[in-house]
Amino acid sequence: MADPMKIRANVVGDSTEVKVLMSHEMETGQRKDAQGKVIPAWFIQNVRVVHNDKVVLAAQWGPSVAKNPFLSFKFKGGAKGDKIRITWVDNHNDTRTDEATIA
Amino acid sequence: MPGMIRRIVAASAVVCVFAGVVADVFAQSTADEIAKYRDALQDGNPAELWEARGEEMWKTPRGPKHVAFASCDLGQGAGVVKGAYAQLPRYFADAGRVMDLETRLVWCMVNQQGYTHADATKTVFGNGSAKRSDLEALAAYVTSRSQGVKMNVPLDEPHVHDMYALGEKMFYYRGGTHDFACATCHGDDGKRIRLQDLPNLTKVEGAQKAYTTWPAYRVSQGELRTFQWRLNDCFRQQRFPELVFGSDASIALTAYLAGRANGAEYRGPAIKR
Ligand code: HEC
Repeated sequence: MADPMKIRANVVGDSTEVKVLMSHEMETGQRKDAQGKVIPAWFIQNVRVVHNDKVVLAAQWGPSVAKNPFLSFKFKGGAKGDKIRITWVDNHNDTRTDEATIA
Repeated sequence: MPGMIRRIVAASAVVCVFAGVVADVFAQSTADEIAKYRDALQDGNPAELWEARGEEMWKTPRGPKHVAFASCDLGQGAGVVKGAYAQLPRYFADAGRVMDLETRLVWCMVNQQGYTHADATKTVFGNGSAKRSDLEALAAYVTSRSQGVKMNVPLDEPHVHDMYALGEKMFYYRGGTHDFACATCHGDDGKRIRLQDLPNLTKVEGAQKAYTTWPAYRVSQGELRTFQWRLNDCFRQQRFPELVFGSDASIALTAYLAGRANGAEYRGPAIKR
Protein backbone atom coordinates (compact mmCIF):
# COMPACT_ATOMS: atom_id res chain seq x y z
CA MET A 1 0.00 0.00 0.00
CA ALA A 2 1.08 3.54 -0.70
CA ASP A 3 2.59 5.68 2.03
CA PRO A 4 0.48 8.35 3.75
CA MET A 5 0.41 11.83 2.28
CA LYS A 6 1.92 14.67 4.23
CA ILE A 7 -0.69 17.42 4.44
CA ARG A 8 -0.51 20.91 5.87
CA ALA A 9 -3.54 23.20 5.80
CA ASN A 10 -3.51 26.69 7.29
CA VAL A 11 -5.94 29.57 7.36
CA VAL A 12 -4.44 32.57 5.56
CA GLY A 13 -6.77 35.58 5.61
CA ASP A 14 -10.12 34.52 4.16
CA SER A 15 -8.65 31.42 2.52
CA THR A 16 -7.10 28.11 3.39
CA GLU A 17 -3.66 27.28 2.07
CA VAL A 18 -3.10 23.57 1.49
CA LYS A 19 0.27 21.92 0.90
CA VAL A 20 0.44 18.23 0.11
CA LEU A 21 3.30 15.83 -0.50
CA MET A 22 2.39 12.50 -2.08
CA SER A 23 4.57 9.44 -2.19
CA HIS A 24 4.44 8.05 -5.71
CA GLU A 25 6.87 6.81 -8.36
CA MET A 26 5.16 8.75 -11.19
CA GLU A 27 6.73 6.63 -13.94
CA THR A 28 6.31 8.27 -17.32
CA GLY A 29 6.33 5.09 -19.42
CA GLN A 30 9.23 6.59 -21.41
CA ARG A 31 12.11 5.24 -19.37
CA LYS A 32 13.97 1.98 -19.88
CA ASP A 33 15.55 -0.23 -17.24
CA ALA A 34 19.14 -1.54 -17.30
CA GLN A 35 18.05 -4.40 -19.59
CA GLY A 36 16.55 -1.96 -22.08
CA LYS A 37 12.97 -2.89 -21.24
CA VAL A 38 10.45 -0.07 -21.08
CA ILE A 39 9.36 0.66 -17.51
CA PRO A 40 5.54 0.77 -17.69
CA ALA A 41 3.75 4.02 -17.02
CA TRP A 42 2.53 4.36 -13.45
CA PHE A 43 1.24 7.70 -12.29
CA ILE A 44 -1.48 9.48 -10.34
CA GLN A 45 -4.36 10.36 -12.63
CA ASN A 46 -6.98 11.96 -10.41
CA VAL A 47 -6.70 14.12 -7.34
CA ARG A 48 -9.68 15.29 -5.32
CA VAL A 49 -9.76 17.55 -2.29
CA VAL A 50 -12.90 17.77 -0.21
CA HIS A 51 -13.70 20.33 2.49
CA ASN A 52 -16.97 19.87 4.41
CA ASP A 53 -18.38 17.52 1.73
CA LYS A 54 -17.61 20.09 -0.95
CA VAL A 55 -15.03 19.43 -3.62
CA VAL A 56 -12.58 22.34 -3.56
CA LEU A 57 -10.10 20.90 -6.04
CA ALA A 58 -10.37 18.24 -8.72
CA ALA A 59 -7.37 17.63 -10.96
CA GLN A 60 -6.39 15.27 -13.75
CA TRP A 61 -2.70 14.55 -13.87
CA GLY A 62 -0.52 13.01 -16.53
CA PRO A 63 2.90 11.37 -16.60
CA SER A 64 4.81 14.67 -16.66
CA VAL A 65 4.26 15.34 -12.96
CA ALA A 66 7.40 14.73 -10.89
CA LYS A 67 8.05 11.76 -8.63
CA ASN A 68 6.81 12.34 -5.06
CA PRO A 69 4.66 15.27 -6.16
CA PHE A 70 4.15 18.43 -4.16
CA LEU A 71 0.81 20.22 -4.58
CA SER A 72 0.10 23.64 -3.14
CA PHE A 73 -3.17 25.57 -3.58
CA LYS A 74 -5.62 27.89 -1.83
CA PHE A 75 -9.36 27.82 -1.58
CA LYS A 76 -11.80 30.43 -0.25
CA GLY A 77 -13.15 29.70 3.19
CA GLY A 78 -12.22 27.02 5.66
CA ALA A 79 -11.85 27.51 9.40
CA LYS A 80 -9.44 26.24 12.03
CA GLY A 81 -10.47 22.76 13.11
CA ASP A 82 -12.24 21.93 9.83
CA LYS A 83 -11.25 18.71 8.11
CA ILE A 84 -10.07 18.35 4.56
CA ARG A 85 -9.85 15.02 2.80
CA ILE A 86 -7.53 14.32 -0.11
CA THR A 87 -7.75 11.34 -2.45
CA TRP A 88 -5.56 10.30 -5.34
CA VAL A 89 -6.16 7.47 -7.81
CA ASP A 90 -3.41 6.23 -10.12
CA ASN A 91 -3.55 4.43 -13.46
CA HIS A 92 -3.30 1.05 -11.66
CA ASN A 93 -6.45 2.04 -9.81
CA ASP A 94 -4.41 2.17 -6.67
CA THR A 95 -5.74 4.84 -4.36
CA ARG A 96 -5.02 6.58 -1.12
CA THR A 97 -7.06 8.95 1.03
CA ASP A 98 -5.73 11.04 3.89
CA GLU A 99 -7.29 13.62 6.17
CA ALA A 100 -5.94 16.70 7.85
CA THR A 101 -7.23 19.36 10.20
CA ILE A 102 -6.97 22.98 9.19
CA ALA A 103 -4.73 24.93 11.57
CA MET B 1 57.07 45.08 -36.50
CA PRO B 2 57.45 45.38 -32.71
CA GLY B 3 54.48 47.76 -32.79
CA MET B 4 52.45 45.14 -34.60
CA ILE B 5 53.23 42.49 -31.99
CA ARG B 6 52.35 44.88 -29.24
CA ARG B 7 48.99 45.53 -30.89
CA ILE B 8 48.26 41.81 -31.19
CA VAL B 9 49.23 41.21 -27.58
CA ALA B 10 47.07 44.10 -26.47
CA ALA B 11 44.14 42.85 -28.53
CA SER B 12 44.33 39.32 -27.18
CA ALA B 13 44.61 40.63 -23.64
CA VAL B 14 41.32 42.45 -24.14
CA VAL B 15 39.71 39.28 -25.46
CA CYS B 16 40.93 37.28 -22.47
CA VAL B 17 39.64 39.79 -19.94
CA PHE B 18 36.31 39.84 -21.72
CA ALA B 19 36.02 36.05 -21.77
CA GLY B 20 36.89 35.99 -18.08
CA VAL B 21 34.12 38.43 -17.27
CA VAL B 22 31.59 36.46 -19.30
CA ALA B 23 32.56 33.20 -17.57
CA ASP B 24 32.22 34.85 -14.15
CA VAL B 25 28.84 36.35 -14.94
CA PHE B 26 27.69 33.01 -16.30
CA ALA B 27 28.90 31.11 -13.23
CA GLN B 28 27.34 33.68 -10.93
CA SER B 29 23.92 33.71 -12.59
CA THR B 30 23.89 29.89 -12.84
CA ALA B 31 24.63 29.61 -9.13
CA ASP B 32 21.92 32.19 -8.42
CA GLU B 33 19.41 30.32 -10.52
CA ILE B 34 20.24 27.01 -8.80
CA ALA B 35 19.83 28.75 -5.42
CA LYS B 36 16.40 30.02 -6.54
CA TYR B 37 15.49 26.54 -7.68
CA ARG B 38 16.40 25.11 -4.28
CA ASP B 39 14.38 27.82 -2.49
CA ALA B 40 11.35 27.11 -4.63
CA LEU B 41 11.53 23.43 -3.76
CA GLN B 42 12.40 23.80 -0.07
CA ASP B 43 8.76 24.36 0.80
CA GLY B 44 7.60 20.97 -0.43
CA ASN B 45 10.66 18.90 0.31
CA PRO B 46 9.75 15.21 -0.21
CA ALA B 47 12.33 14.40 2.49
CA GLU B 48 9.31 14.78 4.79
CA LEU B 49 7.88 11.57 3.35
CA TRP B 50 11.03 9.75 4.49
CA GLU B 51 10.89 11.47 7.87
CA ALA B 52 7.32 10.28 8.40
CA ARG B 53 8.19 6.72 7.44
CA GLY B 54 11.28 6.79 9.66
CA GLU B 55 9.33 8.11 12.65
CA GLU B 56 6.82 5.29 12.30
CA MET B 57 9.69 2.79 12.13
CA TRP B 58 11.46 4.34 15.10
CA LYS B 59 8.37 3.93 17.29
CA THR B 60 7.33 0.43 16.18
CA PRO B 61 8.80 -2.77 17.64
CA ARG B 62 10.87 -4.47 14.92
CA GLY B 63 13.14 -7.35 14.11
CA PRO B 64 13.35 -10.91 15.41
CA LYS B 65 13.41 -9.62 19.01
CA HIS B 66 10.48 -7.27 18.46
CA VAL B 67 12.22 -4.30 20.05
CA ALA B 68 11.64 -0.62 19.25
CA PHE B 69 14.35 2.01 18.90
CA ALA B 70 13.25 3.34 22.30
CA SER B 71 16.19 1.35 23.67
CA CYS B 72 18.66 2.70 21.10
CA ASP B 73 21.11 5.23 22.52
CA LEU B 74 22.32 7.72 19.93
CA GLY B 75 24.51 9.39 22.52
CA GLN B 76 21.91 11.41 24.42
CA GLY B 77 20.32 8.51 26.31
CA ALA B 78 18.14 5.58 25.27
CA GLY B 79 15.56 6.57 22.68
CA VAL B 80 16.49 10.29 22.72
CA VAL B 81 16.39 11.67 19.19
CA LYS B 82 16.24 15.41 19.72
CA GLY B 83 19.58 17.03 19.01
CA ALA B 84 21.36 13.67 18.75
CA TYR B 85 22.58 14.10 15.16
CA ALA B 86 24.30 17.41 15.93
CA GLN B 87 26.65 15.52 18.29
CA LEU B 88 27.57 12.68 15.97
CA PRO B 89 29.91 11.00 15.21
CA ARG B 90 30.83 10.16 18.79
CA TYR B 91 32.47 7.35 20.75
CA PHE B 92 30.19 4.58 22.02
CA ALA B 93 31.72 2.56 24.85
CA ASP B 94 29.22 -0.31 24.42
CA ALA B 95 30.46 -0.78 20.84
CA GLY B 96 34.06 0.28 21.50
CA ARG B 97 33.98 2.44 18.37
CA VAL B 98 33.40 5.90 17.04
CA MET B 99 30.13 5.78 15.09
CA ASP B 100 28.17 8.01 12.79
CA LEU B 101 24.37 7.95 12.77
CA GLU B 102 23.91 5.23 10.16
CA THR B 103 26.47 2.93 11.76
CA ARG B 104 24.83 3.41 15.14
CA LEU B 105 21.39 2.61 13.74
CA VAL B 106 22.78 -0.63 12.29
CA TRP B 107 24.37 -1.42 15.65
CA CYS B 108 21.00 -1.02 17.41
CA MET B 109 19.26 -3.15 14.77
CA VAL B 110 21.81 -5.94 15.23
CA ASN B 111 22.43 -5.79 18.99
CA GLN B 112 18.97 -4.86 20.21
CA GLN B 113 16.47 -5.85 17.55
CA GLY B 114 18.17 -9.12 16.61
CA TYR B 115 18.80 -8.57 12.91
CA THR B 116 21.86 -10.11 11.32
CA HIS B 117 24.35 -7.53 10.09
CA ALA B 118 23.65 -8.69 6.53
CA ASP B 119 19.90 -8.09 6.96
CA ALA B 120 20.39 -4.73 8.65
CA THR B 121 22.59 -3.52 5.78
CA LYS B 122 20.82 -5.24 2.87
CA THR B 123 19.46 -1.98 1.44
CA VAL B 124 21.56 0.92 2.65
CA PHE B 125 20.73 3.03 -0.41
CA GLY B 126 17.18 2.72 -1.75
CA ASN B 127 16.03 2.69 -5.34
CA GLY B 128 12.35 3.37 -5.95
CA SER B 129 9.37 1.79 -4.25
CA ALA B 130 10.57 -1.75 -5.04
CA LYS B 131 13.83 -1.33 -3.10
CA ARG B 132 13.30 0.97 -0.17
CA SER B 133 15.89 1.66 2.48
CA ASP B 134 14.87 1.60 6.13
CA LEU B 135 18.14 3.29 7.03
CA GLU B 136 17.49 6.28 4.79
CA ALA B 137 14.04 6.75 6.34
CA LEU B 138 15.38 6.38 9.89
CA ALA B 139 18.22 8.80 9.15
CA ALA B 140 15.74 11.33 7.73
CA TYR B 141 13.65 11.15 10.91
CA VAL B 142 16.55 11.36 13.35
CA THR B 143 18.32 14.21 11.54
CA SER B 144 15.11 16.22 11.22
CA ARG B 145 15.00 16.35 15.02
CA SER B 146 18.27 18.29 15.07
CA GLN B 147 17.00 21.14 12.92
CA GLY B 148 18.17 24.43 14.36
CA VAL B 149 20.59 22.74 16.76
CA LYS B 150 24.23 23.85 16.59
CA MET B 151 26.70 21.20 15.45
CA ASN B 152 28.73 20.09 18.43
CA VAL B 153 30.80 17.00 17.64
CA PRO B 154 32.79 16.10 20.78
CA LEU B 155 36.25 16.61 19.28
CA ASP B 156 37.90 16.69 22.72
CA GLU B 157 37.05 13.03 23.23
CA PRO B 158 40.28 11.16 22.34
CA HIS B 159 38.73 8.49 20.06
CA VAL B 160 36.77 11.10 18.12
CA HIS B 161 39.85 13.28 17.94
CA ASP B 162 41.82 10.39 16.38
CA MET B 163 39.07 9.75 13.85
CA TYR B 164 38.98 13.43 12.96
CA ALA B 165 42.74 13.43 12.39
CA LEU B 166 42.48 10.32 10.22
CA GLY B 167 39.67 11.91 8.22
CA GLU B 168 41.75 15.02 7.64
CA LYS B 169 44.61 12.89 6.36
CA MET B 170 42.28 11.00 4.02
CA PHE B 171 40.82 14.23 2.72
CA TYR B 172 44.21 15.27 1.35
CA TYR B 173 45.39 11.79 0.37
CA ARG B 174 45.86 11.47 -3.40
CA GLY B 175 45.51 8.15 -5.13
CA GLY B 176 43.64 6.05 -7.65
CA THR B 177 43.75 6.09 -11.44
CA HIS B 178 43.38 9.88 -11.58
CA ASP B 179 45.58 10.73 -8.59
CA PHE B 180 42.67 12.60 -7.01
CA ALA B 181 42.18 13.58 -3.39
CA CYS B 182 38.94 14.96 -1.98
CA ALA B 183 40.85 18.24 -1.93
CA THR B 184 41.40 18.08 -5.71
CA CYS B 185 37.71 18.78 -6.26
CA HIS B 186 36.86 20.43 -2.95
CA GLY B 187 39.96 22.51 -2.13
CA ASP B 188 39.41 25.70 -4.15
CA ASP B 189 36.76 28.36 -4.39
CA GLY B 190 34.62 28.68 -7.48
CA LYS B 191 35.05 25.20 -8.99
CA ARG B 192 32.15 23.64 -10.83
CA ILE B 193 31.10 20.28 -12.23
CA ARG B 194 27.92 20.00 -14.35
CA LEU B 195 26.88 23.55 -13.43
CA GLN B 196 27.06 22.59 -9.77
CA ASP B 197 29.27 24.67 -7.50
CA LEU B 198 31.75 22.47 -5.69
CA PRO B 199 32.00 23.57 -2.07
CA ASN B 200 35.47 24.40 -0.81
CA LEU B 201 35.45 21.95 2.08
CA THR B 202 38.89 23.08 3.30
CA LYS B 203 37.25 26.26 4.57
CA VAL B 204 35.13 26.14 7.71
CA GLU B 205 32.20 27.94 6.06
CA GLY B 206 32.30 25.53 3.10
CA ALA B 207 32.31 22.48 5.35
CA GLN B 208 29.53 23.98 7.48
CA LYS B 209 27.30 24.74 4.52
CA ALA B 210 27.78 21.28 3.05
CA TYR B 211 27.62 19.13 6.16
CA THR B 212 24.59 20.79 7.73
CA THR B 213 22.44 20.13 4.64
CA TRP B 214 22.81 16.34 4.51
CA PRO B 215 20.88 14.03 4.38
CA ALA B 216 19.17 15.56 1.36
CA TYR B 217 16.42 14.74 -1.10
CA ARG B 218 18.05 14.46 -4.52
CA VAL B 219 15.51 15.64 -7.06
CA SER B 220 17.45 14.04 -9.92
CA GLN B 221 17.14 10.64 -8.19
CA GLY B 222 13.83 11.08 -6.40
CA GLU B 223 15.52 9.64 -3.33
CA LEU B 224 16.59 10.80 0.09
CA ARG B 225 20.33 10.34 0.47
CA THR B 226 22.42 10.17 3.63
CA PHE B 227 25.95 11.36 4.28
CA GLN B 228 27.19 7.78 3.86
CA TRP B 229 25.75 7.91 0.35
CA ARG B 230 27.38 11.28 -0.34
CA LEU B 231 30.79 9.88 0.58
CA ASN B 232 30.18 6.66 -1.35
CA ASP B 233 29.35 8.65 -4.48
CA CYS B 234 32.39 10.93 -4.09
CA PHE B 235 34.62 7.85 -3.80
CA ARG B 236 33.16 6.77 -7.14
CA GLN B 237 33.85 10.20 -8.63
CA GLN B 238 37.34 9.99 -7.21
CA ARG B 239 37.84 6.57 -8.89
CA PHE B 240 38.60 5.05 -5.51
CA PRO B 241 37.53 1.51 -4.53
CA GLU B 242 33.96 1.35 -3.24
CA LEU B 243 33.64 2.81 0.22
CA VAL B 244 32.37 0.14 2.62
CA PHE B 245 29.22 1.26 4.43
CA GLY B 246 29.95 2.05 8.07
CA SER B 247 33.69 1.45 7.66
CA ASP B 248 36.21 3.35 9.77
CA ALA B 249 37.24 5.18 6.58
CA SER B 250 33.68 6.47 6.11
CA ILE B 251 33.36 7.42 9.77
CA ALA B 252 36.75 9.19 9.79
CA LEU B 253 35.77 11.40 6.83
CA THR B 254 32.38 12.06 8.43
CA ALA B 255 34.02 12.97 11.76
CA TYR B 256 36.37 15.35 9.95
CA LEU B 257 33.66 17.18 8.02
CA ALA B 258 31.13 17.13 10.89
CA GLY B 259 33.79 18.41 13.27
CA ARG B 260 34.70 21.20 10.86
CA ALA B 261 31.01 22.14 10.81
CA ASN B 262 30.93 22.63 14.62
CA GLY B 263 29.20 25.84 15.63
CA ALA B 264 26.90 25.97 12.60
CA GLU B 265 23.18 25.31 12.85
CA TYR B 266 22.05 22.00 11.42
CA ARG B 267 19.51 22.57 8.62
CA GLY B 268 18.78 19.18 7.07
CA PRO B 269 17.32 17.15 5.60
CA ALA B 270 17.67 19.59 2.71
CA ILE B 271 16.80 19.36 -0.95
CA LYS B 272 19.39 19.25 -3.71
CA ARG B 273 19.39 18.89 -7.43
C1 HEC C 1 36.10 14.23 -9.07
C2 HEC C 1 35.69 15.27 -8.21
C3 HEC C 1 35.32 14.92 -6.77
C4 HEC C 1 36.11 14.31 -5.82
C5 HEC C 1 37.51 13.78 -5.99
C6 HEC C 1 35.34 14.32 -4.61
N1 HEC C 1 34.13 14.90 -4.82
FE1 HEC C 1 32.78 15.39 -3.37
N2 HEC C 1 31.56 16.18 -4.78
C7 HEC C 1 31.81 16.22 -6.13
C8 HEC C 1 30.64 16.73 -6.82
C9 HEC C 1 30.50 16.90 -8.32
C10 HEC C 1 29.69 17.04 -5.83
C11 HEC C 1 28.32 17.67 -6.01
C12 HEC C 1 27.41 16.76 -6.66
C13 HEC C 1 26.07 17.36 -6.90
O1 HEC C 1 25.63 18.20 -6.13
O2 HEC C 1 25.47 16.95 -7.86
C14 HEC C 1 30.31 16.69 -4.57
C15 HEC C 1 29.70 16.86 -3.34
C16 HEC C 1 30.27 16.62 -2.11
C17 HEC C 1 29.70 16.93 -0.84
C18 HEC C 1 28.35 17.61 -0.63
C19 HEC C 1 28.45 19.07 -0.85
C20 HEC C 1 27.14 19.81 -0.71
O3 HEC C 1 27.19 21.02 -0.54
O4 HEC C 1 26.09 19.17 -0.77
C21 HEC C 1 30.57 16.50 0.12
C22 HEC C 1 30.41 16.64 1.61
C23 HEC C 1 31.68 15.89 -0.57
N3 HEC C 1 31.47 15.99 -1.91
C24 HEC C 1 32.76 15.30 0.06
C25 HEC C 1 33.80 14.67 -0.62
C26 HEC C 1 34.83 13.92 0.04
C27 HEC C 1 34.94 13.71 1.53
C28 HEC C 1 35.66 13.46 -0.93
C29 HEC C 1 36.86 12.55 -0.80
C30 HEC C 1 36.56 11.22 -0.35
C31 HEC C 1 35.16 13.96 -2.20
N4 HEC C 1 34.01 14.66 -1.96
C32 HEC C 1 35.79 13.77 -3.42
C33 HEC C 1 32.99 15.87 -6.74
C34 HEC C 1 34.06 15.27 -6.12
